[in-house]
Amino acid sequence: MKVVVDMNKCQDHGQCVFASPDVFSMDDDGHLAYVPDPDDALRDEVEEAADVCPLQAIRIEG
Amino acid sequence: MTELPGRIVVAGASLGGLRAAEQLRAAGWTGAVTVVGDEPHMPYNRPPLSKEVLAGKAPFESLALTPKPAAADVEWRLGTKVVEARLAERTVELDDGSVLPYGGLVVATGMRPRRLSCPGPLVGRHTVRTLADARALRDELARPGARVVVIGAGFIGCEVAATAVGLGVREVTVVDPLPLPMVGPLGELLARALRTRHEQRGVRFALGATVAGFEGDDRVTGVVLGDGSVLAADVVVESVGSVANVEWLRGNGLDLADGVLTDEQLRVGGRPEVVAVGDVARFPNARYDGVARRVEHWSVPSDTARHAARVLASHLNGADAELPPFAPLPTFWSDQHDFRLQSFGAPALGRDDVRVLDGDPADDVLAGYHADGRLVGVVALGGQAATRGAARYRAQLLRQPALTA
Repeated sequence: MKVVVDMNKCQDHGQCVFASPDVFSMDDDGHLAYVPDPDDALRDEVEEAADVCPLQAIRIEG
Repeated sequence: MTELPGRIVVAGASLGGLRAAEQLRAAGWTGAVTVVGDEPHMPYNRPPLSKEVLAGKAPFESLALTPKPAAADVEWRLGTKVVEARLAERTVELDDGSVLPYGGLVVATGMRPRRLSCPGPLVGRHTVRTLADARALRDELARPGARVVVIGAGFIGCEVAATAVGLGVREVTVVDPLPLPMVGPLGELLARALRTRHEQRGVRFALGATVAGFEGDDRVTGVVLGDGSVLAADVVVESVGSVANVEWLRGNGLDLADGVLTDEQLRVGGRPEVVAVGDVARFPNARYDGVARRVEHWSVPSDTARHAARVLASHLNGADAELPPFAPLPTFWSDQHDFRLQSFGAPALGRDDVRVLDGDPADDVLAGYHADGRLVGVVALGGQAATRGAARYRAQLLRQPALTA
């Protein structure tokens, strides 16, 4: 599974971090960091992270 | 022998309708799904309509929501709407006269803006709910020298006022009968801080004021307040709350007093084959006091759809597994000027006991809302540091037992 975040849209709400802490995190400056190729076993939580993004900036490919 | 359950009709094609369709697939429903929506567009994301998109910083096209691949076979009937439901017969009728029988029904028809009924011209008066609304308002705000009056100091009103200031309009005045902006969701402490921040950035307020009418012949030129004074206006935005789209459900013995009442599993009228999602659903939240409320936060369509789809799919697939009652942790945000409001929990339930948890109301601040001495919600006002502070309380709010426990 491939995760792509449109960083032009992302406004660092951090809702994805609550939904999928294995894949998304906030760095020390409060900006989003993420694992671009997470294990397929995490699909449910990554899909939830994509759902709860207020800017709808998270795309899942494959 | 069980009867084939047939088709699920989702009435409403906004975020709640889309998420319901997707979550039905995720919950194992493999039968037909038809989503009916009155707007001509596929579902889109509404929050930027009062902010980035209204400001021209993001194109309208950027709002499109992408349905998940699992929902690729969902049938979309757009530009039409359900005008009547006959729940006993399990049919809905569309505005083109066609009748759709269903095995399951998802109520996702949402809200529409409430309009002021006081006298005066209609041209120049706007609401912000749909793409078409935001397009029309954007054209007017872009006119040089526009004087803007925003009626209603809630989420939409405060966001639109901030956006208008950012666009460089000549003046912006926000009118509200209450003494402070957003005092309902925020309580006095933060509402006062919010007012100060808006004023420092050029927004004027006419608070404790009602609207008696509108001046102008062909189009609005002023807003007449209850005390007889007049605010000159080239553009008026009415952000005075919303009305639930439930007329189509009348005649079925449902409680439609404020949205549609559901049980703790989001089922409607005691019918296991009818559920409601999104801001039209008036549901009890088992996390709090069990009182049924409609909630207009952006997170609600996704949260309700996830739960309601499981309930409905389980029933139609013959499993009827009893799920734990719906108990979401509410969250909302609002971007205004260069600051953000970020909330977790239910601050409105703790408005009478608000304490500063961190910071200072004049700067970044984090406020805690308490009921019976217990933290029930937090709201941050300010920049990144404040909102990160709010997030730190989220886990604590999630752990707490229900207020009724």
